[in-house]
Amino acid sequence: MDTREKDIEKLKDYKYGFTTDIENIKAPKGLNEDVIKFISNIKKEPQWMLDFRLKAYERLKLLKEPNWQKPKYPKIDYQDLYYYSAPKSMKDKPKSLDELDPKLLETYKKLGIPLQEQARLNGIAVDAVFDSVSVATTFKGELTKHGIIFCSMSEAIQKHPDLVKKYLGTVIPVTDHFFATLNSAVFTDGSFVYIPKGVKCPMELSTYFRINASQTGQFERTLIIADEGSYVSYLEGCTAPMRDENQLHAANVELIALDDAEIKYSTVQNWYPGDENGKGGIYNFVTKRGLCKGKNSKISWTQVETGSAITWKYPSCILKGDNSIGEFYSIAITNNHQKADTGTKMIHLGKNTKSKIISKGISAGFSDMTYRGLVDINSKAKNSSNYTQCDSLLMGNKCGAHTVPYIKNKNFDSNIAHEATTSKISEEQLHYCQQRGLNPEEAVGLIVNGFCKEVLQQLPMEFAVEAQKLVGISLEGSVG
Amino acid sequence: MNEQLQLDFDKIIKTLKISEKEIQLKKSFLKKFIENGFPNRKQEDWKFLDISQIIKKNIGELTFFNDYSLPNKIDASIFVDGLEHNKIIFINGRIEKIDFSYEDQSQIEINDEIGKNIRFDYENSLIDLNNAFTNKVYKILIKKNYSLKKPLIIYHSTNNKIRSKNVNLSLNFELEENSCLRLVDYFSDNTDKNFVNILYNFNLKKYSILKNYKLDKLRNNNLKYSFNNIEQDDNSISETFILSAGSDYFKNEVNCNLRGQYSSAFINGVFSLKENQQHEIRSTINHLVENTKSYQLIKSVLGKNSKSAYQGRIFVDSKAQKTDGYQLSKAILLDETSEFNAKPELEIYADDVKCSHGSASGSLNENSIFYLMSRGLNYQQSKELLINGFLLDVVEKITDSEIRNLVKNIIGLKE
Repeated sequence: MDTREKDIEKLKDYKYGFTTDIENIKAPKGLNEDVIKFISNIKKEPQWMLDFRLKAYERLKLLKEPNWQKPKYPKIDYQDLYYYSAPKSMKDKPKSLDELDPKLLETYKKLGIPLQEQARLNGIAVDAVFDSVSVATTFKGELTKHGIIFCSMSEAIQKHPDLVKKYLGTVIPVTDHFFATLNSAVFTDGSFVYIPKGVKCPMELSTYFRINASQTGQFERTLIIADEGSYVSYLEGCTAPMRDENQLHAANVELIALDDAEIKYSTVQNWYPGDENGKGGIYNFVTKRGLCKGKNSKISWTQVETGSAITWKYPSCILKGDNSIGEFYSIAITNNHQKADTGTKMIHLGKNTKSKIISKGISAGFSDMTYRGLVDINSKAKNSSNYTQCDSLLMGNKCGAHTVPYIKNKNFDSNIAHEATTSKISEEQLHYCQQRGLNPEEAVGLIVNGFCKEVLQQLPMEFAVEAQKLVGISLEGSVG
Repeated sequence: MNEQLQLDFDKIIKTLKISEKEIQLKKSFLKKFIENGFPNRKQEDWKFLDISQIIKKNIGELTFFNDYSLPNKIDASIFVDGLEHNKIIFINGRIEKIDFSYEDQSQIEINDEIGKNIRFDYENSLIDLNNAFTNKVYKILIKKNYSLKKPLIIYHSTNNKIRSKNVNLSLNFELEENSCLRLVDYFSDNTDKNFVNILYNFNLKKYSILKNYKLDKLRNNNLKYSFNNIEQDDNSISETFILSAGSDYFKNEVNCNLRGQYSSAFINGVFSLKENQQHEIRSTINHLVENTKSYQLIKSVLGKNSKSAYQGRIFVDSKAQKTDGYQLSKAILLDETSEFNAKPELEIYADDVKCSHGSASGSLNENSIFYLMSRGLNYQQSKELLINGFLLDVVEKITDSEIRNLVKNIIGLKE
């Protein structure tokens, strides 16, 4: 097989593995005050934003990388990374999509994300983030009509400083753990969503993240605020080119739901997982946290995790408002040498709060999957309840599946129920499917989709189809 | 504390008749303990109940030297009535009596094995402390094909000669092929504010059966830690039952290595806690070969200001196909100040296994209370009946009928 054929072969495995040849502006390598000032300066940020970053950086110097997680990784040299990389043509941000670099548009077309207005059919507003900056947001007009703010983080800092100042860092403070603090210091862009009082967002909002440049860390920051009585459904998707080196992705996502508001946050994470020998791939160390601040508010996380060399994230809900609800639905699939340590935290502070956790883990090849979750019912959280179910499916005896739930009940009025099972696909089920004409891979795909059904149902329609396909692709070659 | 440790250690070494090599070994354990100190909440295994804080709060400064030159008077009133049994009596950590009068003496061997400290392959500073300070380590060997006719009751008792002391004791058991031992640990204390540290090591050969019942029921203000290490060969069975109700603090750890095919381990536990009690059970079951089985059932009833924790870990090695592992923990919280913590952990590297765990906690079911009250019971009676039924479920798991009845009597459970 010549190299070209090999490349094509490789692409088949991970179809988003191409790179786009675009000129980039980068900050000098390394992490120091000057780089932070450079980022802040190039984004023309106000003084308070720079102060926020510097405060985080001061704090970062005191922090150590956590090491309690299951998947260990080689030490990251934080001085050997670029903390800012932007397509050159974006220096003066285009007013409309027509001015956008055609190469960029092409990239997003390859990814299957139509930025052009013909995407109207899909009815999804998209904010595309390329390397570190947001390149385009669609459907602006329609959204503005409802008073919804959906833009890049840097734009929000310029145009809506009051909102950003009020909420940024309230759920994930700058004094949080190492990666969250690193993000606070050097974050480059991300999405900002504000839904005004009583507005039900008429369409799905979506962000696509793409890491393109090499030796770059991606640090985006997303802030979603749902004001009283509002509703929003938000989707996030991610891909990256195939590279032999490991790349770091350390994002922060903050959700705030005020009285009677509901936020639904869905992720299909398909970062490059590395090749079959475990070389390369993204380190996905993300901090996602939602605050149900008001009464009767609801935050629901749905995630399909199929990519990344190492995934290490726990989308959490702080149920502060009385009667608030937190939900977490997750499918995590690891194959080859992928490692995932994921789960959620449900922290019950308010009265009558409810949470539900459904987690499905599938490991194949040489991979390792850990569900790690915390359910903490505070002594003041009267009459609260939690239900947790985490199931793991193992394929082969070279992989591992682990469950590490922490359960703390400090309130005698509250109930916690937890269940977990670990099993493999039964020979009978496989035999039954094959008897009816499916080949072994199709049979496994069918059974796995059934296993994941409870979670897939939670995804918005357009995403559910994609996710279902992704589940199949991720497990290719793991049977037989 | 470190000066005190060194001082007390030197005193103990003087009283011991052991070789220079053994002294060096003990010194190395002391050194390790001084380096690490008492475990605290920063260590994952001690996250829920921090022994270092509890010692500080409940006892203050501990001393470590106990004078074992003089015998203690044995108080016969502590003995269990209505059940013929063999005895080992510990008073303040000193072995006062070993009595196997019901047994065929040629089938049991008892040796002092002080020099043979057992090292475990994971960090636990309380084991280091135990290894450094124990003055006698007996090994009890049950010979091939012999089943003890009567159960062996080990009395752990303290009298008012000691206060703010750390007491360390250790025993080794070896069950040869096809032998059987029923072992009851019975705690009765006349003191308070001491820290008792118990280390047992069991070696189960093929087809042997160990039944270990730990009964801590009488209310006292001591702090206790017990560690059971159980190594299991082919077709061996271990059954552990823990009644955790008497002391201010009690942590029971069971580490079970299923090294032989068709071996099985059962751990059942009951927490019945009141005012200011803090108890914990931590179990680790390592399924290391094919066709092994483990079963765990832990139930808590938690009164005012009490706290219980259950950390259960099932590890399945990639070789251990056809493993069957089960874990269930349930808790009833009776008061708004009670607290239940659980960490049921699964770590699985083999695919053809059946492993599951469940955990549930909450208050007594109001509907059930209503049902009983509508049938003529008062509120208190209904509550007691429900708790009775809740705990009976675990006690029924005790396979030995004599001991089962003993436990029922001790807790006051009715059928």
